[in-house]
Amino acid sequence: MKLKWAYLAILTGIAGLLAGCEPLLVLNPKGPQAETTANVIWLSIITMSFIVVVVLVMLTVILFKYRASKQDPDYEPPHIEGNKYVEGIIVTIPILIVAFLSVVSTISTHQVESPPEGYAEDEPVVIYASSSNWKWHFSYPEQDIETVNYVFIPTNQNVEFRLYSHGTISSFWIPQLAGQKYAMADMTNYLNVVAEEPGEYMGRNSNFNGEGFAENEFTVTALAPSEFDSWVEDIHNTADPLTEEKFEELLEPGHLGQMTFNGTHQEFKPAPEGENSPHDHGGSSDSEEEGEHHHH
Amino acid sequence: MDFFDRFTIPPHDDPMLYASIVAIGLVSIAIVLGVTYFKKWGYLWSEWLTTVDHKRIGIMYIISALLMLFRGGADAVMMRLQTAVPDNSFLDAQHYNEVFTTHGVVMIFFMAMAFIIGMMNFVVPLQIGARDVAFPRLNALSFWLYFAGAMLFNISFVVGGSPDAGWTNYYPLAGTEFSEHVGVNYYNWALQISGIGTLMTGINFIATIMKMRAPGMTLMKMPMFTWSALITNLIIVFAFPVLTIALLMGTLDRQFFTNFFTTGDGGMDMMWANLFWIWGHPEVYILILPAFGIYSQIIATFSQRNLYGYKSMVASMVIISLLSFMVWVHHFFTMGQGAVANSIFSITTMAIAVPTGIKIFNWLLTMWKGKIRFTTPMMYSVAFIPLFTIGGVTGVMLAIASADYQYHNTMFLVAHFHNVIIPGVVFAMIAGLIYYWPKMFGFLLNERIGKWAFWNIVIGFCLSFFPMYITGLNGQARRMYTYSEASGFGPLSMVSFFGALLLAIGFVLIVYNVYYSFRYAPRNVGDDPWNARSLEWATHNPVPEYNFAITPNVNSSEAFWDYKKNGHDLFKGEIKDIHMPNNSGWSIIFAGIFFVFAFCFVFHVWVGVIIAFAGIIGCLLYRSFEKDDGHHIHKEEIEETEKKFGGAK
Repeated sequence: MKLKWAYLAILTGIAGLLAGCEPLLVLNPKGPQAETTANVIWLSIITMSFIVVVVLVMLTVILFKYRASKQDPDYEPPHIEGNKYVEGIIVTIPILIVAFLSVVSTISTHQVESPPEGYAEDEPVVIYASSSNWKWHFSYPEQDIETVNYVFIPTNQNVEFRLYSHGTISSFWIPQLAGQKYAMADMTNYLNVVAEEPGEYMGRNSNFNGEGFAENEFTVTALAPSEFDSWVEDIHNTADPLTEEKFEELLEPGHLGQMTFNGTHQEFKPAPEGENSPHDHGGSSDSEEEGEHHHH
Repeated sequence: MDFFDRFTIPPHDDPMLYASIVAIGLVSIAIVLGVTYFKKWGYLWSEWLTTVDHKRIGIMYIISALLMLFRGGADAVMMRLQTAVPDNSFLDAQHYNEVFTTHGVVMIFFMAMAFIIGMMNFVVPLQIGARDVAFPRLNALSFWLYFAGAMLFNISFVVGGSPDAGWTNYYPLAGTEFSEHVGVNYYNWALQISGIGTLMTGINFIATIMKMRAPGMTLMKMPMFTWSALITNLIIVFAFPVLTIALLMGTLDRQFFTNFFTTGDGGMDMMWANLFWIWGHPEVYILILPAFGIYSQIIATFSQRNLYGYKSMVASMVIISLLSFMVWVHHFFTMGQGAVANSIFSITTMAIAVPTGIKIFNWLLTMWKGKIRFTTPMMYSVAFIPLFTIGGVTGVMLAIASADYQYHNTMFLVAHFHNVIIPGVVFAMIAGLIYYWPKMFGFLLNERIGKWAFWNIVIGFCLSFFPMYITGLNGQARRMYTYSEASGFGPLSMVSFFGALLLAIGFVLIVYNVYYSFRYAPRNVGDDPWNARSLEWATHNPVPEYNFAITPNVNSSEAFWDYKKNGHDLFKGEIKDIHMPNNSGWSIIFAGIFFVFAFCFVFHVWVGVIIAFAGIIGCLLYRSFEKDDGHHIHKEEIEETEKKFGGAK
């Protein structure tokens, strides 16, 4: 029976640690997308705890009640083939739970794949986020500026990140704002992000891509739209222009720290979307559907 | 000298590496000297290296699996040590990447696979009352190909450099553009040749189980482990060809300049991920189903009850095997295939929880009204139920696609799959090994030391992996060789490291237990030390070469129990001459040539490749024209052996 107490001790220990620490990033959302996922996670933790508790209680009772040391030495356990009602119950209850979570999964997945409610009508702020070993390049086509390893976004506006890679597969992830999505060389992915609170957030590549992976991070700063505009204005006045040679230099493997430029690399090295996608083999309506799907 | 440059390892300033080279060298020399000193080369060759006996092949698989467990375990401890504190510099990034890559590959392909195949080899023919598997020579070849693959992979560490793109080996990272050195070639070839061995095992065991069951044993009267083995091998036959082709495409990309998985010239990097997981997810069930089979045997035995819901146990495994091919996309919900595809795969994934849940409740109901004895194998099985349930429900959490966008690539995922693989597969294999130990060697392992090992392993497991759920939710990506203090991952990572140490102590205790019991355990344990139920316990301990002197006559999935308690007449008829297959050195030589072929291929030594290929063809031709009718064990000889065990069975 020590077994049970060991589990209980460990579980309580973990609960204690959870309670004692700062809120975990994923469960401390600062935008509607991350809030949806945080709610789904809590809901699934509660549902799943119910199952774990049922199994633990059944196991504990059975082990206490039917252990050999407690029984008559002459006791001969019965031969039981099974019972269609009992087996019916152990099939039906999991099916109900899975059906419930399937609905949750389908609805919430559609939610986080579209622009969040209340922000869908406005034109999104478009930012291309592309990765190279081991950096993130952020191009703002509208504002005509480019940053490396950091990104500023206006609060309370839908930001559409267009993700792709200059080489290895990486995964663009800002835990407090939205779940992750892959950035790959031959197609562009779309991720809608809204920050509802100004602040600085951790963002990183979460998909292993070689030697410099651990430091493959960036910072996200969310600030009021007016401040965002003056930040853009500032860059227009102070930053150097991004030339093609300069950009090729930036693509060399390594770490660069944060950098800022006027102009974007989209002009001479466009993202793999639409006609620039290597798998858009002409004629297919692939890219249009993609576009439609992500812009509704 | 240019020719030899290719065999050097990429520059490391890591003393650990040179220490390992010296250690590998010393151990190899010690083994060779030891065998020579005790004059055991002849014995080793004639009794083990050339054997076609399924029991000995099974034992060799299990010994190899344990060796690989320690190799992979050493990797694991190094990883936990490196990440125990923030900004640690015990390993550099490159070395850490190699260590987690080899940890994954070794544990899945060379430890877990070898363990389950070893267990199937030893147990299945006994459980169905057969003399051997359907194709004994092919079985030996399967083992030696696996062994050649495992050795090829392990020398990568000291010759040429280890793979460093993760065990999932995603392209383009694994392509020559980003991984120039030969590491990934090793990955391709080591998995290729051991994978061919696994595929042949699959064919062999399907034939064995379908065609060689004892009279009276219909499919629905097979013991549960045999059922799990049958379904596992069906999955192997369907899934492994995908891996074979994917590895071949990778090889062509890396060594012959094709563009299957490259980012330019029409290649598609996502295709590797798809092919890998179309094999990879069924692979998960290839590992877990035999474990379920082992637990079914052990829980029934030590609850002294028949397995509850036999039919639903079988049905649930069949459903799991079908669903296992329909869920692979959940390994990359984040690839951008959109909400509809993700929702579909999310639902198919969660559906697997239903048949798995049925099994958990059936095991609980098997213990219900039983008479539960807490032997070491039973303790592992009892610990498995709640721990695997936790691993299973976190799997359901991961299956919710929207939430997976937050768990993917994090320590939460790492915690989940270790939470199913360790209590699921590893506990089952240890429990099975202890349970079948007397069948293999004729004595029991010490229970007291066994229980010490058990507590270390269970507590070590919880301390190692439960904290990762939390750091994962706190934003810790997997495969990071280090992290900053500000991230806050430090304290829990330290807990993980202590857990890893406890696990290591537990496994060392298991090895010590083997040594201790070998020296001190009593040898007169009889043929039925556990009061077991299924057919494999109806023969002697250790099992004679021919398994059963008289082919048993089976009436149920618990034929031995019926024989003991209900007066079932298990052995009708009399002892006759038994026809057995001959030993042969062909398999080990063939696999040896395959090793040379693959090694030369890794390093582009084309002359060697051509010569070895000629050797492979030669071996196939030799086998095609070889005449080998096997031999007979004579009646008198069998009667004498049976007398020694105290009466024929």
